[in-house]
Amino acid sequence: MAQTASQIAGSGSAPEPAPDSAPRILSLTGVCKSFGALKVTDEVSFELPQGQALGIIGPNGAGKSTLFNLITGNIAADAGRIEFLDTDVTRTPPMSRCLMGIGRSFQIPQPFDKLTVFENLLVAATHGRKLSEREVGSDCAAILDRTGLMRVANSPAGSLSLLQRKRLELARALATDPKLLLLDEIAGGLTDAECVELVDTIRAIHRGGTTIVWIEHVLHALTSVVERILVLDFGRVVAVGPPDEVMASKEVREIYLGIEV
Amino acid sequence: MSDVTTYSVTTRTRASVVAGLIALALAVVAVVLPAFASRALIQDLFFILTMLSLAQYWNLLAGYGGLVSVGQQAFVGFGAYMLFGPVILWGLNPVPALLLSGVFALLLALPTAFFAFRLHGAYFAIGTWVVAEVVRLSVAMWKDVGGGTGTSLPREARSEMWGVPQIEAMFDVRTSAAQDILAYWIALAVAVATIGGIYAFLRTKRGLSLAALRDNAEAARSVGVDAARIKWTVFLIAAFGTGIVGGLIFLQNGRISPDSAFSVIDWTAFVIFIVVIGGIGTIEGPILGVLVFFFLQTFLADFGSWYLLTLGALGIAIMLFAPRGLWGLISEKTGLHLFPIQRRLVIGPGRDR
Ligand SMILES: Nc1ncnc2c1ncn2[C@@H]1O[C@H](COP(=O)(O)OP(=O)(O)O)[C@@H](O)[C@H]1O
Ligand SMILES: [Mg+2]
Repeated sequence: MAQTASQIAGSGSAPEPAPDSAPRILSLTGVCKSFGALKVTDEVSFELPQGQALGIIGPNGAGKSTLFNLITGNIAADAGRIEFLDTDVTRTPPMSRCLMGIGRSFQIPQPFDKLTVFENLLVAATHGRKLSEREVGSDCAAILDRTGLMRVANSPAGSLSLLQRKRLELARALATDPKLLLLDEIAGGLTDAECVELVDTIRAIHRGGTTIVWIEHVLHALTSVVERILVLDFGRVVAVGPPDEVMASKEVREIYLGIEV
Repeated sequence: MSDVTTYSVTTRTRASVVAGLIALALAVVAVVLPAFASRALIQDLFFILTMLSLAQYWNLLAGYGGLVSVGQQAFVGFGAYMLFGPVILWGLNPVPALLLSGVFALLLALPTAFFAFRLHGAYFAIGTWVVAEVVRLSVAMWKDVGGGTGTSLPREARSEMWGVPQIEAMFDVRTSAAQDILAYWIALAVAVATIGGIYAFLRTKRGLSLAALRDNAEAARSVGVDAARIKWTVFLIAAFGTGIVGGLIFLQNGRISPDSAFSVIDWTAFVIFIVVIGGIGTIEGPILGVLVFFFLQTFLADFGSWYLLTLGALGIAIMLFAPRGLWGLISEKTGLHLFPIQRRLVIGPGRDR
């Protein structure tokens, strides 16, 4: 392989030890996106080895969610190349990317309001995995158990509290049985106990072999799961590397001055 | 496998079981009805059943699929003409020719969808209407079936329809009454198949994805829902069914003209009225709506244009004050669903649905 992610980012972080030898699952090369005159994603390049958990941090408006939308295809890239499992998916529609194994949560929860929580998962599992309802029923029930949604399984998703909606985002993404799971700020607003629970859940998913990219402002939750952190600012990758090194770097401390570290 | 808990999934409710039994009883009564009922009642029921089927298909399109078409008269008219053509020109028996109505409407739906699916919202609606007009003008040039003035089915074609002689003998009625009974029975079968078929479809995973798309199209695509495919499916089903009903309506009528076959008032405006007043996006809604429509028509038909104005005003009032229609009001108050599609996860061993 030609370059490691940290070399591309050129942030001065040390290259990583083990995971880079694993085959890469996702790679972005020079990806750009502008909304009008606003450049929201600016020449973003990085590679993600299979099985790794990557954290993404950066100030509000840095372009983190947009980066997810580019990876899932909900937004089309202006330039650059996105590869998933060594296939060019830059122009692939979101539905196909989901079928290939990219699962996501939305920062602002997007539940199917009139469907029940269980049905929300059924849609994802039957379509995202191309299986029948019968085949996925017990998997969906297990995911509801795991994400603490069993009590509200038969309630309309529109009636859930914000925290429950965020859990539903995670649960619905899991129901598609993703190889790459993209999580966008699902820990905000949780109590400490809930946060510990969430971290345990995500760790377990990660141990199961799923590659994870997690955008999160709750840094202690993030750093207790991820092996690597990527920092975005004004749409650019300013640092990428192991959490302790990235958090110790001067640039990142400047960006995050006044924000919990 | 998992020894913790077992789950089962069900859509059944007590109300739906009762509703199913009542529906079965009604269907049996409806089948034997011609033995006692007057000819006028049979004709009224034919009207109700065919309008009900058209309304269910439009509801599938607009209420479930978000495809607000105002061009369904294209499929009614084309279906009807594709019955008249073969019957008049080749002497085909009209009963099996009904299948041609459906098949040709389906074929017409392919280019229509190809064109109209490029348009969205109001433009989609206008696009479907334009297609209907184009088909109407084209059919009006077809001289063999009367061109712009229209034509009638040959008398023998209708009197020798499959089943008519047997019905004459069975009920001891004249040919014209036997034709009415046959048409009524076919309309009944079509309505039952339509409601049953749509209900079954909504209970499949594709039916579930329709609801997901309606709630949040972006999220649906992100979990692997093929939005384009499901839209095509719904559009083609609706066209096929609408074509058969169109063929049946004009078979019973015996006469056709481009203006009546492609009437936007009769086959789209009234149908939308039925769905909106009854409750869009439910199977119960159009059933209730068609009854309201029938009574309004019976009591107001003598008032000419006042009748249309009343329908319009009522439709607008419902849209403003009860956007979910009469059935919406009822189910909100009572929590009743006669055709439940909600899957409930039940803990503990249970029967599969
Ligand atoms: N669809 C859009 N149209 C226009 N501007 C957008 C759109 N989505 C995001 N933006 C803008 O792009 C910038 C980055 O947004 P986002 O990716 O959501 O940031 P983050 O997730 O890092 O907070 C913000 O300034 C936001 O207002
Ligand atoms: Mg964001």
